[in-house]
Amino acid sequence: MMQINLNRRKLLKTSGALTVWFSLPDAIKAQESHSYRGPSPAQLDSFIRIDSQNQVEIFFGKMDMGQGVNIAIAQMVADELDAPLENINVIMGDTLLTVNQGGGSGSTGIELGSKPIVQAAAEARRFIINHAARRFGLLPQQILLRDGMAVSALDVNQSLSYGELLLNGYFDIKLNWNGVYGNGLDVSSLAIPKTSDQYSVVGSSFQRPEIANIVYGNFKFITEVKIPGMWHARIVRPPHAGAEIIEIDIDSISDIANTELIRQGNFLAVIAPKEWHAIKALNALQVNWTEPRDLFPEQDELYEYIQNAIVARRSSGGAREPDVEPDESGFNNAIQYATNVITASYEFPYQSHASMGPACAVCDVRDDNIILYTATQKPHYAAQGVARLLGYDEDQVRAIWVAGPGSYGRNDSGDCALDAALISKLSGRPIRLQGMRHDGTQWDPKAPASVHQATAGFNLNGEVIAFKFLSKGFSAGDIESNESNPQHSYAGMQTGLAIDHTPRFLNPSDRYDFPNEVRYWETILPPLDRASPLRTSHLRDPLGPQIHFASECFIDEMAYAVSQDPIAFRLRYLNEERDRGVLISVSERYAWQPRVAASQIQQNSNLVSGRGVAYTRRNNTVVAVICEVDINLTSGRIYPRKFVIASDQGLIINPLWLRRTIEGNILHGISRSLLEEVSFSSQHVTSNDWLSYRTINIDLCPEEIDIILLNNVDLPPYGAGEPSIRAVTPAIANAVFDAIGVRLRRAPFTPERVLDALAQT
Amino acid sequence: MGTYTLSIDGDLRTVECDDDTPLLYVLRDELGLDNPKFGCGLAQCGACSVLLGQMPVRSCSIPISAITDQITTIKGIGTPNNPHPIQQAFIDEQAMFCGYCMNGWVIEAVSFLAQNNNPSEDQIRRRFANLKCRCGSHSAIIKAIIRASEMI
Repeated sequence: MMQINLNRRKLLKTSGALTVWFSLPDAIKAQESHSYRGPSPAQLDSFIRIDSQNQVEIFFGKMDMGQGVNIAIAQMVADELDAPLENINVIMGDTLLTVNQGGGSGSTGIELGSKPIVQAAAEARRFIINHAARRFGLLPQQILLRDGMAVSALDVNQSLSYGELLLNGYFDIKLNWNGVYGNGLDVSSLAIPKTSDQYSVVGSSFQRPEIANIVYGNFKFITEVKIPGMWHARIVRPPHAGAEIIEIDIDSISDIANTELIRQGNFLAVIAPKEWHAIKALNALQVNWTEPRDLFPEQDELYEYIQNAIVARRSSGGAREPDVEPDESGFNNAIQYATNVITASYEFPYQSHASMGPACAVCDVRDDNIILYTATQKPHYAAQGVARLLGYDEDQVRAIWVAGPGSYGRNDSGDCALDAALISKLSGRPIRLQGMRHDGTQWDPKAPASVHQATAGFNLNGEVIAFKFLSKGFSAGDIESNESNPQHSYAGMQTGLAIDHTPRFLNPSDRYDFPNEVRYWETILPPLDRASPLRTSHLRDPLGPQIHFASECFIDEMAYAVSQDPIAFRLRYLNEERDRGVLISVSERYAWQPRVAASQIQQNSNLVSGRGVAYTRRNNTVVAVICEVDINLTSGRIYPRKFVIASDQGLIINPLWLRRTIEGNILHGISRSLLEEVSFSSQHVTSNDWLSYRTINIDLCPEEIDIILLNNVDLPPYGAGEPSIRAVTPAIANAVFDAIGVRLRRAPFTPERVLDALAQT
Repeated sequence: MGTYTLSIDGDLRTVECDDDTPLLYVLRDELGLDNPKFGCGLAQCGACSVLLGQMPVRSCSIPISAITDQITTIKGIGTPNNPHPIQQAFIDEQAMFCGYCMNGWVIEAVSFLAQNNNPSEDQIRRRFANLKCRCGSHSAIIKAIIRASEMI
């Protein structure tokens, strides 16, 4: 019951703030619907509140997924406001209390999420200075701000806390909102935020306050939310892809106490007052489903299937931009003059989120409004999705984000929110829905499988004169990256909503400057567009690992094709200082020995080792990685012994949590490079637990991860939640080549594939 | 249906439930002791671990009717005022991201360090290879377990 009390308290604390918003002309219409309309981005009070005890509350419209974004935001506010860090509490992801800043999305928590918060803090600072000047009868420049106190520069005994200065606790100041919701939401005002040379809290390491609560057993995750009258639900999934219900044997669960069946179309669930009874009913229920059909390609024919599939969309531009027809003429012309042409193709499998715990949501659908507790990265969009699914107005839904099992994209949490809402509506009860393991591994939206083909032509001097890179794969937007549209949800698919497929892919994001280059991508349609456990969506660094595995391995192949060292070759085609900087940093730290062919360092009769490099860019963050691998020649097992990483993400806010975040990327990247591959038959996804969907365990953890943080203080802070993962797979693959002299062009690099490669030598 | 009296973190608790109810649901649903987490229900991940006597067990896969020993949850291991070294070490190393798996790592580490208070990194890698962490905090976890061993 702890959770509900906490949230009641939050609501009470902010009810005064709502009164203020309603008193302003642009918010009057919010009053009419008497509802859960969130705060207006055009108000300072929507972002910052300071109470009479001088406690600062920041209302942040993004979420921390365990990388410490919230502590970083608090640090930035501490500097901007000159308030003690320990007085600052960052409230995240309650749609009633926070504006929609896009949720957890694209490593933008700090890069974009901090912008309106910092501007609001700067405006608050300006207000406090002006207000104190009037109170003290001084000029604004005679006011000093220190540790949450406004102090007279003429008499240090004359001081007031911010809380004392704000008579009723509210600023009541308008901000110029750019009219955008989501990641791009920003505000401007007269205040000028500080520059990085004025920061003192930013740049230092601080711990995350949640961690102590977790290890002492005092932390409440989404799975611990309880509301009065709540029943437990489980989804009854089709036994094979695309199956539909023919008949349900209700008697099969009649001896399990108090269980009920919930059904709309092919959406089927069991509910019970006790969680164990819901699970027993799930296991006991007999349903006659339609016969299995061969809807998917066989797994060993997946890449042929992709190669041969009809192209749904082709573009050389960005995924969310209008199509740009690839212009191959320059390449086609130049390649004729090449004296040396190399070409290679690479393959990357479907991968699963397989989050640590299957998704959980708690929802109470009432006649006039809906409360949803969810761990989705994007609660504002989940609220929209629930409203649209159930025919409510968006303002009638309050979504409250509660931290859950680690989420790295559009995982099963997005579906779970809408599923729980539908079950609550159909049952007329508050519902807690939690997945079983197969719900999180077999039925989560998947990262798309893809193939990549690259060609490069060189002249007699070993210079690149033509370059082509083509990606073809399933869309990253088969299921959209947020759940605002119920057509992109399991509940929507199973209740018969029309399919809405968004074709989306990307090009490599490096800055190599090749003449006569063409890069483009093609998406193909999903093999099954309904009730499909192979729907594809966003998984950590959407498309990044796939594309850059191919592009950064191919750069290595290009270097060796013209007998050049892989780092020297990359530097030859990189002009920008930051891109060059990360490569030079790792090269120096590792004491990289130049090579023009695979080193194949024999450690003993059964062990070879190698070193590989990769450089990548994601938005404004640049990363270079050197990886050292050992390969057991008998077992084919790869051990990634050591990583050296240089990362330039602009201004560093919290070095400790930046390091941790990069470590997490490396470990997740190793897992996806060496182990992770969704298995499926022509009728169903067959990986459904931790044995059939393998992920990294502690025995594969590198002995050393050496991280070089490049603090670019003249730049704003950029993202770090995802950029380093895309460099991991190619760095490992290039190290494997260095060790054995054979290229692995299909991920993951399983022992069987390594042994196959060794057999070629 | 049966009535069971359990010793949990030093308290005696009585519950009435189906004999086949896994300990996890007794703790979470009947007693409100919700630190053991559901991760897989298959004894593959460790998130639901508790100590049965001195032995870490996966509470998702043990029915209430099989419980004969006293149960210790993460709450019974230490407190902010009197932390177990492993709790202090996980805080000092900030050795987690989402933290959902942490219950299992802490419970398993308490048992491990009771048997071996001077473990090598290699012993840690072998002993903990049957626990899942999906966010990739493994390198910090190794450091935390070594740090805890140095405090004991």
